[in-house]
Amino acid sequence: MKVLIAGATSAIAHETAKFFARDGAELFLVARSADKLEDISNDLRVRGAKKAETFLLDLNDLDRHRQMIETAIETLGSLDMVLIAHGTLGDQQLCQQSVAKTLEELTTNFTSVISLLTILANYFEQQKHGCIAVVSSVAGDRGRRSNYVYGTAKGAVSIFLQGLRSRLSESGVAVITVKPGLVDTPMTASLKKGLLFAQPAKVGRGIYQAMMKGKEVIYLPWFWRPIMAIVKSIPESVFKKMSM
Amino acid sequence: MLSLGRTGQPQSWGRYPKVQHSQVQSIYWRSELPDLSRFEQPVLPYAYGRSYGDSCLNEGGISLDISHLRRFISFDENTGHLRCEAGVSLAEILEVMVPRGWFLPVSPGTRFVSVGGAIANDIHGKNHHRAGTFGCHVTCFELLRSNGERLVCSPSQNSELFRATIGGLGLTGIILWAEFRLKPIINPYIDMDHIRFSSLDEFFEISAESDQDYEYTMSWVDLLIGGKNLCRGIFMRGNHNQSRALASKPVKKRLPLALPFNFPSFVLNTLTVKTFNELFYHAQLGKSIHKIVPYDPFFYPLLQYQFVVPFANANEAMREILGRIRRSGEGSFLTVLKKFGAIQSPGMLSFPRPGLTLALDFAYGGSKTLKLLAELDRIVLQSGGAVYPAKDARMSAGSFQAFFPGWKEFAQYIDPHFSSSFWRRVTEVKTQSQELVVL
Repeated sequence: MKVLIAGATSAIAHETAKFFARDGAELFLVARSADKLEDISNDLRVRGAKKAETFLLDLNDLDRHRQMIETAIETLGSLDMVLIAHGTLGDQQLCQQSVAKTLEELTTNFTSVISLLTILANYFEQQKHGCIAVVSSVAGDRGRRSNYVYGTAKGAVSIFLQGLRSRLSESGVAVITVKPGLVDTPMTASLKKGLLFAQPAKVGRGIYQAMMKGKEVIYLPWFWRPIMAIVKSIPESVFKKMSM
Repeated sequence: MLSLGRTGQPQSWGRYPKVQHSQVQSIYWRSELPDLSRFEQPVLPYAYGRSYGDSCLNEGGISLDISHLRRFISFDENTGHLRCEAGVSLAEILEVMVPRGWFLPVSPGTRFVSVGGAIANDIHGKNHHRAGTFGCHVTCFELLRSNGERLVCSPSQNSELFRATIGGLGLTGIILWAEFRLKPIINPYIDMDHIRFSSLDEFFEISAESDQDYEYTMSWVDLLIGGKNLCRGIFMRGNHNQSRALASKPVKKRLPLALPFNFPSFVLNTLTVKTFNELFYHAQLGKSIHKIVPYDPFFYPLLQYQFVVPFANANEAMREILGRIRRSGEGSFLTVLKKFGAIQSPGMLSFPRPGLTLALDFAYGGSKTLKLLAELDRIVLQSGGAVYPAKDARMSAGSFQAFFPGWKEFAQYIDPHFSSSFWRRVTEVKTQSQELVVL
């Protein structure tokens, strides 16, 4: 198994990668911090990864996406699977005060993902097998006042993936939209932890299993599917008054 | 990961005492370490909260959650040297390494302890007579001090700090990573014998004939039988199975035998303990049975309160202690007896020493239980023994200092920004009236 992971130092990506490592997979890991990338690649090697190559890149640097993907294909010989897991949970309040900040959030969580997917889609379409999984979010299922900038980016990613899934289904390539709920990671370190928080290891296992089975849209943990079904069903006239 | 109670506060495994920390600070990366000197209160590292008492707690201070530092760093297939971050649990090491034919050098009663905790408590296992403590297998580690220094410590480098940190209860700095030796195994199974014994003398006989040939030995004992035999029980001994054919047979995932610690205490009255022990003893019909079991259930029952007494005084001390426990009417649910061997740990404050060790768990029954345990402390002290800090929540400062005469030498290596509830309890001078409450 040859797997490219963008945002490899994210807790969710790392937990997913541990399952691939256990299978003896060959990994190509992309992230922006050299220290963290080294920590993660060493860990995955000890856990059994046949290869754990690293590529240092801030994924907001869209101009280098093609070079990164070409390097990955060259290094591993080909790609069987891709996991796109990078992202930031920006400060909604700051975004409301700053166009620049809002656009930066959208670039990280949406534009950069779409850039990667555009290049990768053509590769997989030609190859006619494989799997692309993208970490979106339940936050993209409905705009909420508390984090609608992040939600917008994730919602747009989910819609893009719907179209891409349909297109690539003709070529036998699976496109998976991963919608985690609240996960106990460094990204959510400042949030108060409640019962709804899941451990990243559990989410990682869910992603790994979905990728091995070629699923379509998964909520992790599963209970977010009915929760979001309810959230989506609330009329706008009521929803706008709710402080979620 | 973090064993937080309903209040969001770090807890110890015995759920006693319950204390408030002023702050819980998580450390996620070795490349993003906090400046420890900027905290106004003392700090103490914490991971999975598997020590039973207050040695992992820091009332009013800062709890540094290192459970996210759980990455492997390197493994040498030739020598078995594993290097990993301090928050990696022994369970995870087994999960990753057993399928590849490697095992922990020392396996404690619970595998959900962190590597950092294993070093800080210098834990021991059922192979102490053959392998010594965990600290005996540590080759080096990196220690973060509050002045920002990151020191690699080994028997030859910063050796005093190396010795102080092994068994140092987390007080000498934060262990960021450690390297230690794993041992090769052929398959994940243990060949195990269960042998019944009906007196302490018989225990010593079986022990004497087993310690030479068996890697793992431990005994479950029933203390409530009374009479001159002192105790009866089942001696368990095991070796790693050597069959290559079994190497590919998958081990069924099974939950370790977990005794509920939040059980209402009335459940553990003398009657239920007697019934449990009666059943446990007679569940084994023959005098001796032999079976091959997966490594899980063999290693991981849960225990509490532990002392060691030198062999020379063991019989007398056991007689007095067992008599005292029986008279109190307090039952110990699971009691484990074992001989510690002579292998010396490098740790300054290490608990294991040659002698007979007994681990008991009592349901907390308020001052009555505390009074009993204080009396046991006194007997252990008179016998020249010691009580295990990792399982303690109540021993007096006087007792601790007598059990661990090296504590003053150790104290000079404590990081000035580090402290724990345990350390303050056993070293700070108390007024007479406070001592009396404890007794």
